[in-house]
Amino acid sequence: MNVAVCAYGAGNVRSVVVAFERLGAAAEVTEDPRDVAAADLAVLPGVGSAASAMDGLRERGLDEALRERVADGGATLGICLGLQLALEETEEDGGVGGLGIVSGRAVRIRDGRVPRIGWATVEPSGEAFYFAHSYAAETPAATARSEGIVAVAEQGSFVGVQFHPEKSGDAGARFLERCLSRA
Amino acid sequence: MPLPRLIPCLDVAAGRVVKGVRFQGLQDVGDPVELGATYSGAGADELVYLDVKATLDGRPALIELVARIADRLAIPFTVGGGVRSVADAEALLAAGADKVSVNSAALERPELVRELANRLGSQAVVVAIDASGGEVRSRAGSRTTGRGAVEWAREAEQHGAGEILLTAIDTDGTRSGYDLELTAAVADAVALPVIASGGAGTARHVADALDVAQAALLASILHERPARLVTLREELRELGVPLRDAA
Repeated sequence: MNVAVCAYGAGNVRSVVVAFERLGAAAEVTEDPRDVAAADLAVLPGVGSAASAMDGLRERGLDEALRERVADGGATLGICLGLQLALEETEEDGGVGGLGIVSGRAVRIRDGRVPRIGWATVEPSGEAFYFAHSYAAETPAATARSEGIVAVAEQGSFVGVQFHPEKSGDAGARFLERCLSRA
Repeated sequence: MPLPRLIPCLDVAAGRVVKGVRFQGLQDVGDPVELGATYSGAGADELVYLDVKATLDGRPALIELVARIADRLAIPFTVGGGVRSVADAEALLAAGADKVSVNSAALERPELVRELANRLGSQAVVVAIDASGGEVRSRAGSRTTGRGAVEWAREAEQHGAGEILLTAIDTDGTRSGYDLELTAAVADAVALPVIASGGAGTARHVADALDVAQAALLASILHERPARLVTLREELRELGVPLRDAA
């Protein structure tokens, strides 16, 4: 199983690669749209802020590559900001247009302490995953929530998660394994 | 709110984990990767690695260590000590750290916090505050700054900090309990998560800290016997602290 992890800015993508390697997949960080098209599973990790991330994707042609991939039914996983970027727009950085792969938008979290950081239970599974975010998705494509916040959204062949499966211990590894088995 | 977090802290010097009392007298307590893996297996929610020597010529070794930690662990970890620029922070995150913590450099140039937040996102930026008698100290506690801890926490938040790691120097390593008054004052002053640090001796101390802060840093209480984390979690559960199911 071959996993392409999109690199488009500053942040920790190494942990995503390592998490897939632990599961026996061949994962590689790439800036090349052709790798995104060819992989069994493409991953859009969340790094940096929304505006710089979208710029980074566009500069490398990864925005088009991801849209085309999902349109063709290729399994694609967005993590944290990767979910938010897949939406139509986000409030972050004064308003940024997203990839439009998933209906809806990302809005600033208004309750509790922000950033929302830590392990929180995701329903309906009841498992705890690690979150670290200041914005959250509002989308009709939500399939799981955590404390009312969208934790998973699925549209077509795209699955977006607000939590970090690569940092969520055994529960995270089980989640990534399911992503691989569906790819 | 997410669940309360227990965060073992590993002070690192020359590739080994060390621990001092009131920031003095460093003792070797183990290998950073092995100890981190032990804590992860025992139910740690996150880890913090602080490079207490933070020398410039030690940076390549630190980056290599961070990569080895990231290869081994599947829980988040923060790295601090000697982070003075966006480039320093980027190198740590690229190696596999999830967050960086800044202390003295941010006191000297608070704009650094904003630069880090803009580049990496606030969630990756921890501002560590060492305080004595409510006053901020810099350079591993050795220098007075004339700044109040509450005031500096607020300023750090305005600059885009994602979390405040508040260490009470007077209780650090003493196992006499966290400085709850100071922790509560800082937690009330900001809307960020606050990590209480310095003074954990008993489960009750930790439970009390988690009443006012969102996470508790654990160091001396664990280092002689890392398996203490397992019993500590059980005791905290009995005290009604809702920790995650770590299995």
